[in-house]
Amino acid sequence: MSQPSAFQMPKPVLAIEGLTVSFDGFKAVDDLNLYIDRNEVRVVIGPNGAGKTTVLDLICGKTRATAGSIQFENRELTKMREFDIVRAGVGRKFQNPSIYENLTVFENLEMSYPKGRKVWGALFFKRTAEVIERVEQIAAEIMLSDNLHLQADLLSHGQKQWLEIGMLLMQDPALLMLDEPVAGMSVSERAQTAELLNRISKGRSVLVIEHDMEFVKSIAHKVTVLHQGKVLAEGSMDAVQSNPKVIEVYLGH
Amino acid sequence: MNPTLDKFLGGKQGAIGLAVLATLILVVFPLALDAFRLNMVGKYLTYAFVAVGLVLCWGYGGILSLGQGMFFGLGGYCMAMFLKLEASDPESTKIQSTPGIPDFMDWNQITELPMLWQPFHSFGFTLLAVIGVPVILALVIGMAMFKRRVGDVYFSIVTQAIALILTVLIIGQQGLTGGVNGITDLKTLLGWDIRDDSSKMILYFINAFLLFGCILLGRFILASKLGRLLMAMRDKEERVRFSGYDVASFKIFVFCVAAAFSAIGGAMFALQVGFMSPSFVGIVPSIEMVIFAAVGGRMSLLGAVYGALLVNFGKTYFSETFPELWLYLMGGLFIAVVMYFPNGIAGLWESHGRKLLGKLSRKPAPLAAPAPPPEAPATSSQPRELETTP
Repeated sequence: MSQPSAFQMPKPVLAIEGLTVSFDGFKAVDDLNLYIDRNEVRVVIGPNGAGKTTVLDLICGKTRATAGSIQFENRELTKMREFDIVRAGVGRKFQNPSIYENLTVFENLEMSYPKGRKVWGALFFKRTAEVIERVEQIAAEIMLSDNLHLQADLLSHGQKQWLEIGMLLMQDPALLMLDEPVAGMSVSERAQTAELLNRISKGRSVLVIEHDMEFVKSIAHKVTVLHQGKVLAEGSMDAVQSNPKVIEVYLGH
Repeated sequence: MNPTLDKFLGGKQGAIGLAVLATLILVVFPLALDAFRLNMVGKYLTYAFVAVGLVLCWGYGGILSLGQGMFFGLGGYCMAMFLKLEASDPESTKIQSTPGIPDFMDWNQITELPMLWQPFHSFGFTLLAVIGVPVILALVIGMAMFKRRVGDVYFSIVTQAIALILTVLIIGQQGLTGGVNGITDLKTLLGWDIRDDSSKMILYFINAFLLFGCILLGRFILASKLGRLLMAMRDKEERVRFSGYDVASFKIFVFCVAAAFSAIGGAMFALQVGFMSPSFVGIVPSIEMVIFAAVGGRMSLLGAVYGALLVNFGKTYFSETFPELWLYLMGGLFIAVVMYFPNGIAGLWESHGRKLLGKLSRKPAPLAAPAPPPEAPATSSQPRELETTP
């Protein structure tokens, strides 16, 4: 649906329209429309196989769309290469913590510093005061200041998740996408992650996939329910939770 | 210390390891070995170039090429072509039906020097070609494979196939390449006789210095952000890609560097041994070179040199003593490395040798890992002892 008074409303950061992807005839995402505003924290929920992770894969270029468009700050992502999408300002965290276990926390963060991304740049990359400052600043943000020089595989599961979020923050993305950021976390870690997300969502948009409803409640501005590759419902957490269609999908069968 | 210099040397540990290897190669071998054996060590050290390249692209980059022989061979052929042209002046080839062209061309009824050979009259062009031709081939293979995300075992198989194709091509084009015999009977380099003992000694030292140059360059690459990226790509390729890096371009780069190192080794081989043949291009030599790197330790630049020396000493010893058994021993050695000491000699040194040295010197053993400095995260482990010198 197009928005009639587009010139009055702030343009969405991300506008997904008619997005479809089919794997051997099975439509994992089917004619999906999704708009995310600036400074918005959007949570996508839905039963297993609803196509949530596929949507993230499509946005970041890991999977190519069969049809439809993904506009990010007026740039069409469906035709761009993965690293160009990242450089345009889209950061994506994977479901399992995906960090460099052999490197230290500092080096993990430094790796995502948006300089020295080409061969010669990386070869002659210098660890300047600016880089160190940025790494320390992000480490403080993700509560890993004390572990900067620890090898990353020695971190706890929750800390690894934060580290990966920190790696994304290094790039200062306009759109941050998180796939199940609190999976496997303890209760107190979940609470800390929720605070972290509320802090870092200032000045950027965040798209989160999550199952944990308590956590969703504590962060979401708006919730989108996906079912069989389509949007089933969208709105505030309360509205979505009392939606009979949503209840049917979650409790049905 | 100057940080750039430090990058090349790899910190204090790295500098000591380098000094030990340099003493071994530049002092001990030349003093202890006769001219024949020293020339043989020189030959082994040309393989070490390939092994050092493999540490970069396989050990750190995770790209297992089973076709490094093609780069070694191409570098060697480029050098051999120049030397052959010099050895084929009209005066010394006057008994041929066409004097002034390489002897094998004459045997193949070729009456004119082929176009491909013409530029190899120039030494400058030859030096350029020694590096340039293999690097361009690596670039083409790398672009074709890595841009399409062909990786892992598929890449290994493709490199093997290309090495085989190149061998078949060289053998088939007898008039152009000397066929299965290769290019033999090389005599002088710019008028300087490369066959007598004193020139072989000089070539040995040139070879050694070039090898150390490659090791230092390798260290510089590994100490840079690019080195950490290689490891990151090996372990978490997706994460690197979705952190804004064009993964393929880094793989192509390190593959080209490994190719260039191999090519220098090949050219030095042609100079020191006096011939080049397809038997250094194909699958078997390529796999042998992987074994050198594996035995030495695929994460250690210096280890690769020890690996090349050790396996070749072993090969010479065993093939002189039990010629039939050698291949089985080599296979057994590779299996043992993979199963029991995956980090090779360098890994053994890290886990046992260092401790032993600590006990021997009767100092309190240093703490296992006193928080590595942030600059040198996973620096390659270097064996510091002279492993074996038969």
